[in-house]
Amino acid sequence: MTKLLFNFLIFPGFLFTVVFGLAANWIDRKVTARIQWRVGPPWYQPLIDLVKLSIKEITIPRTASKELFLLSPMIGLSAATLVSTLVWLPNIDRVSTGFSGDIIVIVYLLTLPAIAVILGASASGNPLASLGASREIKMVIAYELPFIISLVVPVIKSHGVLKLSDIINYQAAHGSFVASLSGMIAFIVMIFCMQAKLGLVPFDASEAETEIMGGVLIEYSGMLLAIFKLTKAMLMVALPLFLITLFWQGFNFLSIWKYVILLVIIILIRNTNPRVRIDQAVGFFWGKMTLLAILAVLLAIKGM
Amino acid sequence: MAHKIIPIGPYHPLQEEPEFFKLHVDGETVVDIDIELGYNHRLIEKIAESKNFDQVAFLVERICGICSTSHPFAYVNAIDDLIGVQAPERALYIRTIIGELERIHSHFLWLGLAGHFLGYNTVWMWAWRYREPVLDIFERVAGNRQNYAMMKPGGVRRDMFEEDFSWIKKTLKDLIPKVDMFKGAVMDDPVIHARTEGVGVLTREDVHQYSVIGPTARASGVAKDIRKDDPYAAYDKVEWKVITYEGGDVYSKAVVRILELYESINIILQCLDKMPKGPIDSGIKDIPPGEGIGRHEAPRGEVIHYVMSDGGNSPSRHKIRAPSYMNIASNKKAVIGETISDAAIILAAVDPCYCCTERMAVVDYKTGKKLMDGQDLIRLSQEKTERLRGRHNMPPLH
Repeated sequence: MTKLLFNFLIFPGFLFTVVFGLAANWIDRKVTARIQWRVGPPWYQPLIDLVKLSIKEITIPRTASKELFLLSPMIGLSAATLVSTLVWLPNIDRVSTGFSGDIIVIVYLLTLPAIAVILGASASGNPLASLGASREIKMVIAYELPFIISLVVPVIKSHGVLKLSDIINYQAAHGSFVASLSGMIAFIVMIFCMQAKLGLVPFDASEAETEIMGGVLIEYSGMLLAIFKLTKAMLMVALPLFLITLFWQGFNFLSIWKYVILLVIIILIRNTNPRVRIDQAVGFFWGKMTLLAILAVLLAIKGM
Repeated sequence: MAHKIIPIGPYHPLQEEPEFFKLHVDGETVVDIDIELGYNHRLIEKIAESKNFDQVAFLVERICGICSTSHPFAYVNAIDDLIGVQAPERALYIRTIIGELERIHSHFLWLGLAGHFLGYNTVWMWAWRYREPVLDIFERVAGNRQNYAMMKPGGVRRDMFEEDFSWIKKTLKDLIPKVDMFKGAVMDDPVIHARTEGVGVLTREDVHQYSVIGPTARASGVAKDIRKDDPYAAYDKVEWKVITYEGGDVYSKAVVRILELYESINIILQCLDKMPKGPIDSGIKDIPPGEGIGRHEAPRGEVIHYVMSDGGNSPSRHKIRAPSYMNIASNKKAVIGETISDAAIILAAVDPCYCCTERMAVVDYKTGKKLMDGQDLIRLSQEKTERLRGRHNMPPLH
């Protein structure tokens, strides 16, 4: 029990992922700044941003449904914590951790932060937030389809294993899935879905500062906003890690370069694209991405 | 069904100026738009009547920070027209150079902002970085990055030095590859195409109906350009062409502005080559009674200044019409039927400049009847001044 709590709260769950996530967040901001010919913040900037936010006053709008408004950041944060624990553990101990079907649990938990954002936005009673929430719903519906279809590829390739640690072990024995054609296609599809799950440009229509002023998060302030930011920082670790685990032989601290590569891809996509309209995003995921994912599955069945 | 209202403004991160667009939306689609301006009326025209003719050039320079030479340019054109005097040749060239430099920096600024509105912050930062050399030229020529104070009735206020010319030419020529890069970034990027093509279309008819001017009109294929239609300064002495583009959508507006950058650089380079030596000021002493109209093609379109003199030291009437005043109304045509995401960029695509545009009248909200016009407001303000003076035991003005 203590070990579980330790895993969940300190290592590799909450605390560790937060530290890792804030570092990733800093890299993101620094690289973005350098691309844009700015200087960029010092390494501790994400941390002091969070500290500053958490000592600010929390304003609850009069129109808000109070309980849900306060609860939804917690839902998002706890889901992100759980998911990062579940993804980290098989990578640290490949034998005794995880359970059969943990991939499915992770997929469910990964949607929860988005659901939390939708709930919170709808609870705030702000028209811009509800607009953002409706965009977020469309976004979730859009990217989940190719995400789940391409998730089938590693399962097929490892002959029906639904356990993360077994997938890592299978890859350790037979080579990374990403080296095969189907694995590569599914991996690329997953990267785009990850970009959308992280709510980064070009798929940040639900926040779209210049259109709907932060959209879903418009009414959040203080600690609650800090929690949403924290959730996002944690997902910035958990999602690339999940991808590496599924397709790229898993992760240990010697292979941190895999994570850095994924992070750089995320940052590059985010800095070389304008925001797409929500209908264009849905078209992109349900069209090209879903077709590619289906193709990857067919190829995987063929054994390619 | 009652439509939801999505407000853009009065304070909105989209355009950090006091504007208010009420978007009536049905889901994501905009079904109607209310355009409300008038949050920041600064009484420039009234203040102009209390300044002398020289000072007004400085005053109108402060109407807008971005096109800070367009208003003085139109104003000095108006004064020259009033007196019937032609500024010396060299002054005309200098005026042209300043006007075109301003167009370059303003178009770069718009390009960056358009990128920002689309969530493409890299374009924003890059465009503004390449705007810096232009501001450096301004600093070398006029001493200031903004508010250059170069225009003066009958001439220009300070000369340009021949020894700077080669540096200015080099800086501008270095800018051309950067413009090429932006042209590529806009014209070849599939995502930018997807976001801007066919979005917010203004047809030729719309352009004529709403009297749209400037690049906004030229993007609909209407070759309206006061520099060509009614040449002033040195615009008829250099070779250049009016850029037009068919389409009328946001994409065309971006393309027109980018292509105009080439033309502006071209005009400046020619002016630097052709500029004659000589005086820069015709030394106007008195302004006779009369009326003058001055026009200038600002980066956003045609600026008109009307100045009336009664032979005294300051204008007895000064009327200003800024280009955004004409262009903003066309949003009514361009935005309706589009989505909220597109509305943001469409509203920005006319390159609106609210600080030039503010007008004020008191209207009964229910009947729409005008209760007070400009004269009434001036009377109110005079009465208030008198009251304040009375409180401080000062003698009445009138």
